[in-house]
Amino acid sequence: MKILVCITHVPDTTSKIAFTDNNTKFDKNGVQFIIGPYDDYALARAVELKEASGGTLTVLNVGTAETEPTIRKALAIGADDAIRVNAEPTDSFFVAQQIAAIAKENNYDLILMGRESIDFNGGMVHGMVGELLGIPSFSPVMKLDIEGNTAKMAREIEGGKEYLEVSLPFVAGCQEPIAEWKIPNMRGIMSARTKPLNVVEPSGTTENTKVSEFQLPPAKGAVKMFTVDQVADLVKALKNEAKVI
Amino acid sequence: MSVLVFIEAADGVVKKSSLEAVSYGFKLAGASVTAIAMGSISSDELAKVGAAGAAKVLHIADSRLDNGVIQAYASALTQAVDKTGADTLVLATSSLGNAVAARVAVSMQAALVSNVVDLPETGSGFKVKRSIYTGKAFAMTEVTTAKKILAIKKNAVEIKEDGAAASVEALVVNLTDADFAAKITSVDKAEGDVLLPEADIVVSGGRGLKGPENWGMIEDLAKSLGAATGCSKPVSDMDWRPHHEHVGQTGVKVSPSLYIAVGISGAIQHLAGVNSSKYIVVVNKDPEAPFFKAADYGIAGDAFEVLPKLTEAIKAAK
Ligand SMILES: Cc1cc2nc3c(=O)[nH]c(=O)nc-3n(C[C@H](O)[C@H](O)[C@H](O)COP(=O)(O)OP(=O)(O)OC[C@H]3O[C@@H](n4cnc5c(N)ncnc54)[C@H](O)[C@@H]3O)c2cc1C
Ligand SMILES: Nc1ncnc2c1ncn2[C@@H]1O[C@H](COP(=O)(O)O)[C@@H](O)[C@H]1O
Repeated sequence: MKILVCITHVPDTTSKIAFTDNNTKFDKNGVQFIIGPYDDYALARAVELKEASGGTLTVLNVGTAETEPTIRKALAIGADDAIRVNAEPTDSFFVAQQIAAIAKENNYDLILMGRESIDFNGGMVHGMVGELLGIPSFSPVMKLDIEGNTAKMAREIEGGKEYLEVSLPFVAGCQEPIAEWKIPNMRGIMSARTKPLNVVEPSGTTENTKVSEFQLPPAKGAVKMFTVDQVADLVKALKNEAKVI
Repeated sequence: MSVLVFIEAADGVVKKSSLEAVSYGFKLAGASVTAIAMGSISSDELAKVGAAGAAKVLHIADSRLDNGVIQAYASALTQAVDKTGADTLVLATSSLGNAVAARVAVSMQAALVSNVVDLPETGSGFKVKRSIYTGKAFAMTEVTTAKKILAIKKNAVEIKEDGAAASVEALVVNLTDADFAAKITSVDKAEGDVLLPEADIVVSGGRGLKGPENWGMIEDLAKSLGAATGCSKPVSDMDWRPHHEHVGQTGVKVSPSLYIAVGISGAIQHLAGVNSSKYIVVVNKDPEAPFFKAADYGIAGDAFEVLPKLTEAIKAAK
């Protein structure tokens, strides 16, 4: 089986979000970058599927050269090789076009992504790639098993889940508990250094959106504390002051 | 602007977030808004869509669409956009809505913006504000295409309730076997509960509750408020609560008017799922718990003592 996993290079979940250049650029100062947590689930499941049934596992990122340490980490976790499309990933459709172009050349049986990126939270690249390739797409997928040419999966719906069956190939946006995050071991880290990381230039340039300005939410006021004996006062505040109950 | 609004229903009931999307459409385009609904939905339910601001509801009454078959929905929606000549599609941001809208965006060559929190600015170009970095920031996003799809964040719009009755028209679309390539074999759903992602009030519990046997206290408080229940990640990881209740960076993102967090420390990854709440109440026995910094109201005390009192006080106040 040929598996493609698409990963993002995003600020660590504990990062403080700030902007520079008149609120037009993300402030990378002091920020640690990681594989997107949902992409990390997709990667972990892909490594398990490959271990179970053989085949190849490629990781793909659309990003500039600074994403390479993140890509190397995915290689250390268990991908065989990597592709980086050398471009700033500013628009979802632009990214989807790049992924679809690579997929058309390589005929993957399975394309796994995260349910959403944690920087732009679009939750849409998997669907766009599915439509561009004319194959089914699913998200958010929380369980995925493959037998021969058929996949069985569970997709989370609001308030529950639905179980599905579909033939390969398809695209899935993954989330927990599809697999446990994997931590690279020493051997993985050593071998990742020499695994191929191919850099290709973008193949289309259509962008449908452009960010003109970033904004931060207004600062929160101080918390009003109540003692255990003032529960009734808290309820009063919720009723008369906040007007939420 | 010619606006079509996609209605999502669960078990034949139109979702609250879809009514919000209709009201957003109404604010954009006034009384010309058309909505589209799929699957088995009663006329009473469709009437709510009119009250929320739609002049017309197109209904594809095909029972194969009772479940959210992503590809079939996308195909039906693309055909509906074509037939109506709409230039703007509005829907609620949701796991199904986004999955469908992404495919439609490609087939109708439209820009898709999700997590939209406000009406567009149309002074120079078309700019719309969306939530990014899991609620930690916003991006003013300029759309450069003629056709647009806007997926509205939950609880970002107030539902209009005084619209006229909408006229309902049947719509026939051509769905192929390929649209139903994925077979839904079964569905597991919690019945009758308030849906967490749409809830106006959420009561969540964390590891501080010690075990699943203590969740009755959370449920009692939730019931007294008509709220949905949520939890922190370790709580769903340990199977104390189902996964779809897990709130945070890697779980459900909620944006209720009131979020009550009990026995949750307030790790940044949990806050990422709740930072769009209008008001936050924190109950934690540790006065130094980080969650208090993100809260509007707090009680530093033992959940086992506070929760029953709080539930009583709320019942008394009603
Ligand atoms: C990449 C990543 C993603 C993550 N995503 C999420 C996510 O989506 N959602 C999420 O929740 N977490 C997430 N986490 C985990 C997160 O970092 C925290 O570990 C988690 O939120 C802690 O859960 P908790 O507050 O229930 O437990 P704890 O941290 O153990 O806190 C329990 C709290 O209960 C209080 N307490 C104890 N007893 C009582 C009592 N009797 N009465 C009142 N209070 C009491 C304690 O003072 C403490 O503050 C993520 C972590 C990572 C690394
Ligand atoms: N720049 C990128 N490079 C590779 N994959 C990406 C990129 N952006 C998004 N993806 C994939 O698409 C998924 C959904 O992203 P989004 O639509 O931005 O929320 C992510 O979890 C990734 O798997």
